[in-house]
Amino acid sequence: MSVLAEKVITRDWAKGPNHTLAGYKKNGGYAQLKKALTMAPAAITDEVKKSGLRGRGGAGFPTGLKWSFVPSLEKNSKPRYLAINADESEPGTAKDRFILENDPHLMLEGIGIACFALGAHTCYIYSRGEFKHPSAVLDKAIEEAYADGIFGKKLMGTDYELNVYQVRGAGAYICGEETALLESLEGKKGWPRLKPPFPAVVGLFGCPTVVNNVETIASLPRIFEKGSEWFMKLGTGKSGGTRLVTVSGAVIRPGTYEVGMDTSLRELIYAKEYGQGLPEGRTVKACIPGGSSAPVLNADELDVKLEFDAFKPLQSMAGSGGVMVMDDTACMVRCLWRVARFYAEESCGQCTPCREGQPWMARIIRKIEEGRGESADLDTLINVAQAIAPWPPIGLGNTICALGDAGALPVQSFVQKFRKEFEDHIAQKRCPHGDQPWGVFGEFK
Amino acid sequence: MSEPLFTADEQKKFDAGIAELLSHYPPDRKSAAMLPALRLLQSLKTWLPPEGMQLVAQRLESTVEAAYEVATFYVMFHTKKPGTYVIDVCTNLACALRGAEGMLAYLEQKLGTKAGENGEKYFLRETECLASCGTAPCLQINEDHHENLTKVKVDALLEKLS
Repeated sequence: MSVLAEKVITRDWAKGPNHTLAGYKKNGGYAQLKKALTMAPAAITDEVKKSGLRGRGGAGFPTGLKWSFVPSLEKNSKPRYLAINADESEPGTAKDRFILENDPHLMLEGIGIACFALGAHTCYIYSRGEFKHPSAVLDKAIEEAYADGIFGKKLMGTDYELNVYQVRGAGAYICGEETALLESLEGKKGWPRLKPPFPAVVGLFGCPTVVNNVETIASLPRIFEKGSEWFMKLGTGKSGGTRLVTVSGAVIRPGTYEVGMDTSLRELIYAKEYGQGLPEGRTVKACIPGGSSAPVLNADELDVKLEFDAFKPLQSMAGSGGVMVMDDTACMVRCLWRVARFYAEESCGQCTPCREGQPWMARIIRKIEEGRGESADLDTLINVAQAIAPWPPIGLGNTICALGDAGALPVQSFVQKFRKEFEDHIAQKRCPHGDQPWGVFGEFK
Repeated sequence: MSEPLFTADEQKKFDAGIAELLSHYPPDRKSAAMLPALRLLQSLKTWLPPEGMQLVAQRLESTVEAAYEVATFYVMFHTKKPGTYVIDVCTNLACALRGAEGMLAYLEQKLGTKAGENGEKYFLRETECLASCGTAPCLQINEDHHENLTKVKVDALLEKLS
């Protein structure tokens, strides 16, 4: 069992309040931005590349590489923007919220470093509409940073101007998709854009734009404090650093924990530092490893490490670190219905396979769960899923953005791995779990 | 003559708010402020009255259609006046595994309303994952977040509403 020797994001959280500028500075805050401002922008990007930092929003794309796609000023003289994706809404994921609440300046310092490297003079932080409290903490932090002369006309006293604004969403999962986020930042409904062109070339207001997740950007100050080599070594394989993961569902101690990349799902679920296992007599039946769009794993697949590339052989993904655990008493049809209903509700309506297919799948699953399923329904379900995104997963399915895949792949994986439960529902014309489909937890049965 | 949309105080807040928001965007991109401007309107009126959306569109040099398109796309915007207390209950998987469906039924029974029905006092509805999965189940009352809920905690919350 690998207990994390050094923490990255949550390092200072136990020392007391770190959400104020005074608290953050006491722990050495903003020294790394100061240092970065003495470096050449290209050298900053190089450090980030060497660190092995990968996007924590779900895709795990190498951050430095993403930055390097922004064309040079000679090739494209338009202003460039940094947009922070704080629209945390992938079911199962609850980590960025804690960064905003506990350490907003860590992200703001990272924003300063990233903007200087990219030549961006404006950063928009797109935060989730439902984050009333985290947004208020962040607003206060931004205000403090301006008042202290960190942001504004003279970034940390240099001649570099940087303005940082928070924009709150208004309740739409799709706006976590980076091009939908840009549309929303432009004041429109969140309809994803066809790529290419990628945002690095044509992004916000038609200008080169980098979109990075909160946790990704919050990792930057540590990389410049301890060095890219240190960060790379903390991780494993091609992924540097640590991960913030949320374990939820049927564990004794659900919560958000910073773990090493070499931590396995099994350790996360059972270790006393993390989930502390399941109540007596209960066993794991299934586990969704990276937010609800990540294909489900069964009890035999828990030894996979949380590193980004480790899930590929299992046809699943590390995603956004939302680990949801289902015990042996949970009804898998009911669980899938909750997931399918979400994607049906959140489909933006732009592409036909997703707009029509997601609600169709949700209706079929509900029909099976309620005991009205017929033997042909499972084939129909798989056909609809297949029309949205092919299984096994190949990357992008038949829709403009990945929401299509996000809804179709869980359906494929649930039916493939727990087919008998679906068949039992159909054969018995009822849910075998009766009115107790949710396992063991909670007072509200 | 219909009543004016804003009181004098609200008008002042609206004007100042719009001016501040517009300063965040390039001068030729005023319509980018649509979401925050509608949020500002809703914070003053609890919902988005048609004449308010018209005003927002005008200030942002946009169109009423564009304002409506945004207002109806995002679930947090109310194009109809909501009950005094908007109660959003997460029933997504992580919360459901900790009893969210039962909690919703408990709320329906306690409040005498059905999820999805917009009453004068309560607008109880199911909402999507609120990024509180490690602290499930959870709900929000007028955007204030409450987590790790039990019957005792829910009862205490409801008591404050009456």
